[in-house]
Amino acid sequence: MTVPIFEVRDVTYSYREVTALDGLNLTIMPGQRIVLLGANGSGKSTLLSMLDGLCFPEKGSVAFQGEPLAEDRLIGEVEFAFRRRVALVFQNPDVQLFNPTVFDEVAFGPLQLHWPKEQVRLRVSEILEQMEIGNLKDRSPHHLSTGEKKRVALASVLILDPEVLLLDEPTAALDPKSESQMIDFLVSCSGGRKTVVTATHDLDLVEDVADYCHIFRRGRIVAAGTPTEILNDHALLLNTNLVHAHRHAHAPGELHSHPHRHGHRH
Amino acid sequence: MTRAGKNSRGVVERSLASFVDALEHAFYAEELAKKNGLLQKLDPRVKIVAILPLIVIAALARRLWVIAVLFALAVAIALLSSVPLGTLARRVWLGVLTFTGFISFPALFLTPGPAISSLPLLGWTVTAQGLRAAIYLIMRAETAATFSVLLVLCTPWSNVLKALRVLRLPVVLVVVLGMTYRYIFLLLRNAHDMFTSRKSRIVGRLDGPEQRRAATASVGVLMSKTIQLSGDVYLAMRSRGFQGEVYVLDEFRTNWFDWAMLALFITVAFLAFWFGR
Repeated sequence: MTVPIFEVRDVTYSYREVTALDGLNLTIMPGQRIVLLGANGSGKSTLLSMLDGLCFPEKGSVAFQGEPLAEDRLIGEVEFAFRRRVALVFQNPDVQLFNPTVFDEVAFGPLQLHWPKEQVRLRVSEILEQMEIGNLKDRSPHHLSTGEKKRVALASVLILDPEVLLLDEPTAALDPKSESQMIDFLVSCSGGRKTVVTATHDLDLVEDVADYCHIFRRGRIVAAGTPTEILNDHALLLNTNLVHAHRHAHAPGELHSHPHRHGHRH
Repeated sequence: MTRAGKNSRGVVERSLASFVDALEHAFYAEELAKKNGLLQKLDPRVKIVAILPLIVIAALARRLWVIAVLFALAVAIALLSSVPLGTLARRVWLGVLTFTGFISFPALFLTPGPAISSLPLLGWTVTAQGLRAAIYLIMRAETAATFSVLLVLCTPWSNVLKALRVLRLPVVLVVVLGMTYRYIFLLLRNAHDMFTSRKSRIVGRLDGPEQRRAATASVGVLMSKTIQLSGDVYLAMRSRGFQGEVYVLDEFRTNWFDWAMLALFITVAFLAFWFGR
């Protein structure tokens, strides 16, 4: 029997008086491409941090490949092994880009995981070319556009070739061209054996990067299904603030409203 | 509007201007560092080892002609490194002249020695020793500052920091300095956006106490954002394997040109030290 990559059981987590996760249950199997859909503040980012071992449940449990993912276990060599296999791309690239240059940034992870320095140099150059950002290698992150920052942030984790890729709002704040490039990269890197968990409220991203969706609301999963099932359930999307009712007139004086989402597909 | 109100508004506007200026200056410095000049070609470690002795010797030399030769050398290096002299004049020479001129001004009159001139109206006498002391101070400061600025203008700041490891600075200190340099721009931009955003929503003018309250609140918000950011950055580091000890790449490589220039700089420094004793 295949062991789940992640098994989340009755997890509760709160920031002081605000409950972020409320009795959450979720199972993620190896190689699955999952999207966590939800409005801002619904608990998606907290769950990603928890899956990356950066915060831990107040109640309930998280298991990684059948082993408990707990603070007292995630130390030393166990943590190194976990970091080699699971990587998180943060929503705000400024948080993730803390090194003085792009080259240093991409090299940071492998160096902390004790890769040989020659191998690090080689792999950094390769991944920068692969992501089409080789020309940025000596630039400081504060000189980059948001799209470039997002690509550097993605490169800084893809260099580790992790089995599990956790992505927090990968297309947030991108212009249409950068968004399209980012989706192309995500599609190209999410095939094969990788497990990809993407947190987003961008419905245009869903069909490209997911086989299955979980809808979040107030720290709970309120629905799940294939992208087609979810995207066609307008009542559900409206109820979870993923679309909004848009008033418009079809003829003079005939003003009405219905669920509406922005974006264009070709 | 009260006088206090005018002054406070001036402070806010000056702060905004200095934020923007700091950002522009950093961008300009990095553009210069990319040019194909003499200093830009050198390994950053070589630059530090070559230029630091020249700065120290310029500050200590006892002969004016030696300081003048070092100053001429700094100007020649600037030209060979594509650093516009107008930039040096505006950003270094004028500022240093004003500052050291202000400091050395009393020495013109207070240093004992034969009088060579006197100020009209006030009648204060300028002594030869006083004039000599003022010229020494100004020349030393101008020369040392020119070498220092050339080092910083012709080297990306990140490389300057890494090269400091040649002086046996601990890795963790170099990393902290690098992160400070990285995030100071983000916080400057945040502060700039906050001030601009508030300014765009204010109709009329606030009085002094209101301005101070608003400025204090902004500082508080910025502090809160900084603490949040530092926590998030720590998590991002942890997520990529950081466990309290930082490992970094040392990617500098020297070639024959670096060694030749290092030998030349050290020879010049030795000669300047010898003749400037």
